[in-house]
Amino acid sequence: MEVTLTVNGADHTLDVPDNALLVELLRERLNLTGTHVGCDTSQCGACVVHMDGRAVKSCTVLAGQADGADVTTIEGIGTADALHPMQEAFRECHALQCGFCTPGMIMAAIDLVQTSDDLDEAAVRDGLEGNLCRCTGYHNIVRAVLSARDNM
Amino acid sequence: MSETGGTGIGASVRRKEDVRFITGAGNYMDDINQPGQTYAVFLRSPHARAKILGIDASGALATPGVVAVFTGADLAADGIGDLPCGWLVKSRDGSDMIQPPHPPIAVERVNYVGEPYGIVIAETLQAARDGAEAVVTDFEDLPAVVDAATATSGDQLHESVPNNRCYDWEFGDQAATEAAFAQAAHVTSLDIVNNRLIPNAMEPRAAIGCYEAASGDYTLYMNSQNPHLERLVLAAFVQVAPESKLRVVSPDVGGGFGSKIFVYAEETAVTWAAGKVRRPVKWVADRSESFLGDCHGRDHVTHAELALADDGEFLGMRVATTANMGAYLSTFASSVPTYLYGTLLAGQYRTPAIYVEVQSVFTNTTPVDAYRGAGRPEATYVVERLVETAARELGMDPAELRRRNFIQPDQFPYETPVALTYDTGDYEASLDRALEHIDYARFAARRAESEALGRKRGIGFSSYIEACGLAPSQVALSLGAGVGLFESAEVRVNVTGSVTVITGSHSHGQGHETTFAQVVSEKLGIPFENVEVVHGDSGRGDYGLGTYGSRSIAVGGSAIVKAADKIIAKGKKIVAHNFETTDDRIDFEDGVFSEQESNRSMEFGEVAFAAYVPANFPLDELEPGLSEKAFYDPGNFTYPAGTHVCEVEIDPETGTVEIVDFVAVDDFGLIINPMIVEGQVHGGLVQGIGQALLEHGVYDESGQLVTGSYMDYCMPRADDVPSFTVDTTVTPCTHNPLGVKGCGEAGAIGATAAVMNAVTDALGVKELAMPATSETVWNALGGSGAASGAA
Amino acid sequence: MYRFNYHRASSLAQAAELRSGADDGVFLAGGMTLIPTLKQRLAAPTDVVDLAGIEGLSGITVGDTVTVGAMTPHADVAGSAAVQGAIPALADLAGRIGDAHVRNRGTIGGSIANSDPAADYPAAVVALNATVHTDRRDIAGEDFFLDLFETALEPGEIVTSVEFPVPARAAYAKFPNPASRYAIVGVMVAELDGAVRVGVTGAGPCAFRSAELEAALAGGLSAAALDGVSVPDGNLNSDLHASAAYRAHLVAVMARRAVAQLAG
Repeated sequence: MEVTLTVNGADHTLDVPDNALLVELLRERLNLTGTHVGCDTSQCGACVVHMDGRAVKSCTVLAGQADGADVTTIEGIGTADALHPMQEAFRECHALQCGFCTPGMIMAAIDLVQTSDDLDEAAVRDGLEGNLCRCTGYHNIVRAVLSARDNM
Repeated sequence: MSETGGTGIGASVRRKEDVRFITGAGNYMDDINQPGQTYAVFLRSPHARAKILGIDASGALATPGVVAVFTGADLAADGIGDLPCGWLVKSRDGSDMIQPPHPPIAVERVNYVGEPYGIVIAETLQAARDGAEAVVTDFEDLPAVVDAATATSGDQLHESVPNNRCYDWEFGDQAATEAAFAQAAHVTSLDIVNNRLIPNAMEPRAAIGCYEAASGDYTLYMNSQNPHLERLVLAAFVQVAPESKLRVVSPDVGGGFGSKIFVYAEETAVTWAAGKVRRPVKWVADRSESFLGDCHGRDHVTHAELALADDGEFLGMRVATTANMGAYLSTFASSVPTYLYGTLLAGQYRTPAIYVEVQSVFTNTTPVDAYRGAGRPEATYVVERLVETAARELGMDPAELRRRNFIQPDQFPYETPVALTYDTGDYEASLDRALEHIDYARFAARRAESEALGRKRGIGFSSYIEACGLAPSQVALSLGAGVGLFESAEVRVNVTGSVTVITGSHSHGQGHETTFAQVVSEKLGIPFENVEVVHGDSGRGDYGLGTYGSRSIAVGGSAIVKAADKIIAKGKKIVAHNFETTDDRIDFEDGVFSEQESNRSMEFGEVAFAAYVPANFPLDELEPGLSEKAFYDPGNFTYPAGTHVCEVEIDPETGTVEIVDFVAVDDFGLIINPMIVEGQVHGGLVQGIGQALLEHGVYDESGQLVTGSYMDYCMPRADDVPSFTVDTTVTPCTHNPLGVKGCGEAGAIGATAAVMNAVTDALGVKELAMPATSETVWNALGGSGAASGAA
Repeated sequence: MYRFNYHRASSLAQAAELRSGADDGVFLAGGMTLIPTLKQRLAAPTDVVDLAGIEGLSGITVGDTVTVGAMTPHADVAGSAAVQGAIPALADLAGRIGDAHVRNRGTIGGSIANSDPAADYPAAVVALNATVHTDRRDIAGEDFFLDLFETALEPGEIVTSVEFPVPARAAYAKFPNPASRYAIVGVMVAELDGAVRVGVTGAGPCAFRSAELEAALAGGLSAAALDGVSVPDGNLNSDLHASAAYRAHLVAVMARRAVAQLAG
């Protein structure tokens, strides 16, 4: 099956199996390994990317469903020299430890800030319920999102 | 957050490793692929206990893309040994614990759901899965033993283990303890279940076995907390390959919490199989496999008693525990409910007599081993639930009862009745600070306010202690450990003056690249940016013991300091040679070697260059080069301690518990990076809270894991927990060069008891099972007996 | 996942044709349940027919009623000012389904067609007596859910939209499963055409109206009217997370909270 999509601003047309997932396309075909897989029941959020401007679990989107879509991954939001404000806030606030959940968490957090008014601590905690982190206890993630909110 | 400028010891330096993680450039196991690799899928038992009558792999071998199918018999025929347990515990009669055979891939019998009994290797993951489904296995299902409390009377699971009892261990002075109870004015007793937990590091375990036929070299990529130990066990015990022919590489590791310490079937099998199929073999667990296949934690059933004098003085403690080992003895399983548990039952108190009995039993469940805290959370839970309950029974303030029994600052070093010698501490300082932060004086008013709103408020304390910095080898070996527990370090000064530090510790989220660089930067007076930390590769560094037991800074960091000291000593010799003087006349400070009573000096970088461009070195006295190794073996454990206070509010209509405030005041000794330390505490707290309120590994009567996915195993999410007040007090560790104690497990050790003490306080009940789910709490409030419509 | 053929239909007719032409075809809406099921190899369809390319299945129309196109994601319903104005309880319910990422992909059509006992939307479909429009007919909301994962839909029938009458007032209260975040119990209380209707999800094999609660509230929407009212637990679900008795209790509590929201 042929899938045409834009990923991080670059156009791709790829031949993939009908049962390929978006996350497999990203990781295995485009070598964008920043998007992680942490579970098999669509619960952990490590695989969150933006598809047509919305945060989605790329492990729960078939590659075919992404045909024609504009996808942004963790690799597409900033670079080491020009970090996205959310990336910067995560580093500044020590909002990551092992780093495995971090790409999904950052992508979810960006979407949360972009789609919310009056984001306070409770709203951040509520808004991140789709992303599991086992290291940080969420404390510093919440601080980071609130800090990035003011810089985005 | 503490803010200290600079990049040296005590500064909250932002982490070196973060840039790659936040940009998606981290290098985790599933990001690694080898040319020509194949994919492995494990055949896993659907039964908790069964005989394997036959395995028909013909369907798998006929599946397009399948390369090979191996069973336990194939590994056994090739001389692959059992997975060993590395800690020998003796029963009270002096006999050795019974270690049942534990073939990596089951041969004749399976003993838990998910136990691997075969491996299918294929060109693609899809083909491997298809092949695995095409294998037809004939099982004879047998009745399962699931419950630890009754395991000794269940069917015998292993031929060599009567009554399913691994050992029957006792510790402490029984006679003295009985005497203490005989004169007690009051005895508090509790029945406690320490619920089974499933670790759930966010990165699933994975392994790639590689074999190079020309050299006979094996390389195993895996996410391990201790790659050297993995290599040792696979070489010396399992006999996959000689140690010199096996390299274990552990890249960025996405969390571990203990679960990535152990030597498992999967990495054993893929390494062996790589030699068979002569191609790399890759396996990545999916989360469902992780639930079944990663060692679980805790799972104790305990009866505990505390004897007190009428003024509240602790006289003695008596503890009897049954610990569930699961189906086999995992790598360190035997030590967790014994030497990491019984030895901690003194807590922060002067309890003069303690006696503990522990029997470990086998059941048809996933093996249980160390999980964040490992034995110490279980001990803390026993002690701190007992103390809080005693205070309630005696009508005393729980904080004051603790204060009355604390070991006093002038009593250190303090020898406990359970074999440990605490080097230092100031327990009242942490308690006082915690009471201040929680505003204890106003608690009664807050409780009244909650009551006015129809809510029940409770407060709970936990004054925990842990033994960290595992471990003095001599002590560990005398208690049955199979390995020393020192750590290695190499400080390699490069020609240009930059420094490569190679450590046997291995970060799986702790930020070693930053913390160790801070230590070396400060020690050698060189820029933080010039220090590169290398870890996780048995091919690049000396044998080391890895990261667990809050040991990295206390043991690994001390080894680095020791190696850095050697660098300074060598540097002084080089400078002395250059200045034509003796090294005792050379001082070193802030990166500058200077001659005493002279204005001559050399910068660190100049000395490095001189070391590798050795002009006229007296070669029999002074070798070229500037690279030093050290092994540091600690003289004692370290004893982080502190007080955690939790305040909860309960909605009596639904039974829902909300943590409204949580204070943790910890004494970790001196701190290298306060930002990282606070982060470690936050994460630990949530794991401790998770145990108290949310998490539970549940098996049904047939031995099926009911909580086998995130749909049912309740992981703490952001909206389940509050922000925390975290603070520290400091008594420097007296026996390591950095004065550090370690901080990785404290949160998980202290939090659980604090939460449950708060919940039981709010409910006015003595005992309550963990996790305190809303239904459990509702039942404790008389829920099911009350009319469902009642307010 | 097993292998299957993926099709993206461009019309209802084509979708129906693709499915009927397949050995074992399934429709794919948002995929929030189907894809995890496929990933676990718990289903093995030969063909997956994606409905996302069909014009007119997505969108919200608010007039005398609120019509939500079958392929409209939950986030759109939650964030729609028009829905918030007409049936705030519906927007509120949609905003509490799953998590943010699920709400960005999951659709109302997929949700109700699956009849997951713990899904949120069915409470609204039942309580508001919505009309389920399909490519063949209209189905009354309270006739739609038959049992666990079983609806009135015939094989191959496609939900095209769900039309909600605008109630005088309505509120939704949910007690989420702490692990999965599905509803252990979700209760929508609505005053519609002068009558009180109570839709319950999560508690039973499928969403249902609670006769006991409706009777108690018939005299007026006051929380006090529910004091002492209990719901029989005989038919309720019982699992690791909540016994039938606890669920029955929660139904009453959630109903009271929904009513309290209306009073507040």
